Amino acid sequence: MAIVFEKPHALCDVPMHYCPGCTHGIVHRLLCEVIDEMGIEGDTIGVCPVGCSVFAYNYFNCDMIEAPHGRAPAVATGVKRSNPDKFVFTYQGDGDLAAIGTAETVHVGARGENIVVIFINNTIYGMTGGQMAPTTIPGQVTQTTPFGRDTALAGHPIRVCEMMATLSGTALAQRVAVDTVPHIRETKKAIRKAFENQKEKRGLSIVEILSTCPTNWGLSPLDAIKRLQDECIPYYPLGVYKDVTAEGGDK
Amino acid sequence: MKKMTVNEERCKGCGLCTTACPKKLVVLRKDKRNKKGYFPAECTDDAACISCAMCAMMCPECAITIEK
Amino acid sequence: MKGNEALAEAAIRAGCKCFFGYPITPQTELAAYMAKRMNKEGGVFLQAESEIAAINMVLGAASTGVRAMTSSSSPGISLKSEGISYMAGSDVPAVIINVQRGGPGLGGIQPSQADYWQATKANGHGDFQLLVYAPCSVQEMVDMVVKAFDTADKYRVPAMILADGLLGQMMEPVSFPEINPNAVDKSSWATTGHGNKRAHNIVNSLYINATDLEDVVRERYERYAKIEANETDAELYQTEDADVLVCAYGATARVVKSAVNAARAEGIKAGMFRPKTLWPFPKKELNEAAKNASKLLCVEMSMGQMVDDIKLAINCSKPVSFFGRTGGVIPTPAEVLSEIKTLAAQAE
Repeated sequence: MAIVFEKPHALCDVPMHYCPGCTHGIVHRLLCEVIDEMGIEGDTIGVCPVGCSVFAYNYFNCDMIEAPHGRAPAVATGVKRSNPDKFVFTYQGDGDLAAIGTAETVHVGARGENIVVIFINNTIYGMTGGQMAPTTIPGQVTQTTPFGRDTALAGHPIRVCEMMATLSGTALAQRVAVDTVPHIRETKKAIRKAFENQKEKRGLSIVEILSTCPTNWGLSPLDAIKRLQDECIPYYPLGVYKDVTAEGGDK
Repeated sequence: MKKMTVNEERCKGCGLCTTACPKKLVVLRKDKRNKKGYFPAECTDDAACISCAMCAMMCPECAITIEK
Repeated sequence: MKGNEALAEAAIRAGCKCFFGYPITPQTELAAYMAKRMNKEGGVFLQAESEIAAINMVLGAASTGVRAMTSSSSPGISLKSEGISYMAGSDVPAVIINVQRGGPGLGGIQPSQADYWQATKANGHGDFQLLVYAPCSVQEMVDMVVKAFDTADKYRVPAMILADGLLGQMMEPVSFPEINPNAVDKSSWATTGHGNKRAHNIVNSLYINATDLEDVVRERYERYAKIEANETDAELYQTEDADVLVCAYGATARVVKSAVNAARAEGIKAGMFRPKTLWPFPKKELNEAAKNASKLLCVEMSMGQMVDDIKLAINCSKPVSFFGRTGGVIPTPAEVLSEIKTLAAQAE
């Protein structure tokens, strides 16, 4: 008997606090698989956000820093600039990255900061209990849009990959999802590409991962996957929005 | 021969693995709860399991080990 | 050399490897100097998109154990408060420079000392203290930057140089001492990548369990107690026989010194107490300076902030009066002398 699949080394052997069916765990594992496969655990420094993944520092076996809300890209900039040979990533949710941390996010793209940004977009604030996120889809019911997001009142969602792709310093802007095994494989490939970009000093790589929040969506884990497929992916089309290594460059 | 091993204390019984199995072999147990009260997943037919690891790839808790 | 530039040069010599800033008057020369020098010295200069980003870049760099610094002026320091609190809560040492200007709000761009409370009492949320140094000359700016880096590293706390627009813009001769940056071993906590040789290090300020957080804060306060016991510093000028003790820090102390000299020339027994560390506040030194004084006068470029600490330090055992100019107005020696004379006359 040979092991064909087991927990990657870079993922700590501790139970995670996420709700049942929350896809944070899948992304954590994929990130750790990439770190394992590239053999860079000892040279990687991760920066976690404020939000559900605030405790991610307990789950990644590499050195970790817990940043203030939205500031992970700035913290990562400080780490990377002072340690250019190390691998640096941030792991951020939609509220952290696209609301309070919008400026920090845009400017790591503008500067071409040589880091990886893992962006979990589940269209809602999780840890605080299900409020409207900058990526909440029009009509979506949350604690703070109890009648559905009304764009006349609450404005429109931000499409982060599309926005980041406009910046000269962005090397990779790709949107993926973790609803099916093929998409999960695609997500891992994107994360790998992002870290390879960092290795080759190509600039900022952002991988936006459409994820679920069964608890705050008020759905079972399986129904949450269905909503991801039926509502989120159509609103946030998957694909590569910018890839400096691709034939012809951008999409 | 057991190919799918579930770390039952890590499993949260979300059931995502049950939809990932191409052979439809994975189910949540009804006869057993773990310490947190979740019904852990199990493979119903080890002989039919092809060790594709799709259940493990779908698992948010990294609770599944696959051998072949 | 200009005060702001001296601060920058001293930081580089003290082994500061990273400077992250955002333009604001009246500290801009500091960043400009860093931009010229830092990259040549093998360090990092980066202009951030905001003060918030700059302090968080400092947090990131300092988390990896390197000496890092940011500078700003009053409104910008307010923006940095979040990051400063996180640094204190994560035990990350670094140096923050505040070249104060008038406030509140956008205030003005003239020298001020109205951020005393912010620096010593409330530079961010939560139970914590910042080391606060208050230079009164360009030379002292140099010496205190070096001291701030060393002491911050020693106790794992952030440190602030609380200067003002007058000192920042002032030109004075300055000599740079031979500096051996105290190499403090940070390997037990710095997030430099574990190199597969140790467990992962985590720089973090979050403790969900209340008793865990209390334990961490209490441990930090034990370090604060050591700082209060060992790191206070003050200048006592003509205090031995002083009847009227004038208390001032920073640029204001220069004005006060002139006024004290003028008072002495007129036969008034005046002296000056000048704290060089604002936190820890030199209580022992103040009580020593005030031992023969019948009354105290606190002079500040504010509506009266340090005056509270003066009263507390002497347990309100003697009358403490206050004279201040604010909004960027610098008190004159004549004004201070007049205050001293009024007090001296009351004594008779």
